[in-house]
Amino acid sequence: MSKARITGAFDTAVGELPGSTCMGLHAEAAMGAVADAGLRLADIDGVICAYSFTEPHLMLASVFCEHLGIHPDVNFAIQAGGATAAIMLMQAAALVESGQCRHVLIVAGDNRITGMSRDGAVAALSEVGHQQFERPYGISVPASYALVARRYMDEYGATLEHLAAIAVQHREHAMRHPKAQKRGDLTIADVMASRIISSPLRIFDCCLISDGGAALVVSAADAAADTRQARVDILGCGQGHTHEHISQAPSLTDFGCKQSSAIAFGRAGVAARDIDVAEIYDSFTITLLVELESIGFFERGAAGPAALDGALGLGGSLPCNTHGGLLSYGHSGAAGGMFHIIEAVHQLRGTADARQVSDAKLAFIHGDGGILSAHCSAVLGRV
Amino acid sequence: MGIPLPKTNADTQPYWDAAAEGRLIYQHCLTCNKSQFYPRSLCATCHGGALEWRESQGQGTVATFTEVLRAPTAAFKELAPYVIALIDLDEGFRMMVNIVEGDMERLAIGARTRTVFREVDGITLPQGALA
Repeated sequence: MSKARITGAFDTAVGELPGSTCMGLHAEAAMGAVADAGLRLADIDGVICAYSFTEPHLMLASVFCEHLGIHPDVNFAIQAGGATAAIMLMQAAALVESGQCRHVLIVAGDNRITGMSRDGAVAALSEVGHQQFERPYGISVPASYALVARRYMDEYGATLEHLAAIAVQHREHAMRHPKAQKRGDLTIADVMASRIISSPLRIFDCCLISDGGAALVVSAADAAADTRQARVDILGCGQGHTHEHISQAPSLTDFGCKQSSAIAFGRAGVAARDIDVAEIYDSFTITLLVELESIGFFERGAAGPAALDGALGLGGSLPCNTHGGLLSYGHSGAAGGMFHIIEAVHQLRGTADARQVSDAKLAFIHGDGGILSAHCSAVLGRV
Repeated sequence: MGIPLPKTNADTQPYWDAAAEGRLIYQHCLTCNKSQFYPRSLCATCHGGALEWRESQGQGTVATFTEVLRAPTAAFKELAPYVIALIDLDEGFRMMVNIVEGDMERLAIGARTRTVFREVDGITLPQGALA
């Protein structure tokens, strides 16, 4: 079976975008990705969307296609929190590899900072907590990740300085990206002196809230001749699901990323050590730390010291989140996970400019939704 | 707007009724001998339906905790800072509570807790106290 390919990629500006709308961001990203592929909208026969906080709808994918005035053969939406982008990619690959579609557009966007207040976004996100058995206790998403962080630090010796090093590394990456939302200097001391959100996590341990949109075109191998960009194959994808609510997680230190990445590596026929560049969901510094170790990029307890040593930097053993990630590049809902995939595409095409990892041939992307609940990984390759 | 009060359903009503009486109850599966929390329509381990309500002694151990300074909604901002903990009850199930009593200097993973009950807006919530 010929592997699916990513043929188009586009992301809008991110940050505070006054006047932006959820559907406007979707449309801009979609048109950009289709043009990037060298296709026309009429070539798109499948469309997958995600979800929106500012314009929520039972049938967001239908709303989007109506907004754009297109009538695809296949159209649906996926809701899996931060795993959504990666799962959309996996489903798009399945649609083209099975012959049901030739060119699938996956698109997400939200005006999450100007379309709702920061308070509104935090309150809306807290609804991932269990209505009866968590939310009456004042749970929030940062508090849930803080519960994981405390336990992880206790079991594996991760320190606040390790977490801070991850935040600083993301800022260093973002400073090389002209579109990144946060590009100011940031030191480990700044992070460690910043306001506590939910102990042990501080404000710089937490992702941004942004406006922005992003889209990709996934094409069947035999349809890729219609397109114009350097070839990027989706070599293997996998998922892992263990719980939704953090109080129900089978483990506080081991999560579904282990399974999702093992499946993705297996299907791609590669191992973690073969990966040239990784773009891994970083909703919090602890999210990335746990995932790097669970996936097998580092031994347990080793990711923090490695981050301090610069292992995640451009010249490190595993350049990671080279665009700056959710921590410093931007995070606009499901589009946040799309930014990781788009950065991987730039790295594999060799178009990452000042952020380019030299001779990047294999990229790993990963998204996690909920509280390390839903995971999806993919290995992408330049062929 | 107050805190989000539990919207009880047929699976969970006995639990909240017991809480109102100052009792912590949980489900135990007579087929596979596992305890489970929260209450469900079936056993999430063996998927059988032979679930029995049992009363917990309320004694447990802190699995992890956090002190929330940045609360998610206006009602919780009035309560902040507050501590959220996951407690492993001795009967073999885990639940989320706030630590509302006891010497906070002793708050740590592994610290022992007991269950106390606090009424809020007409609902009784099981909560944690450091032993």
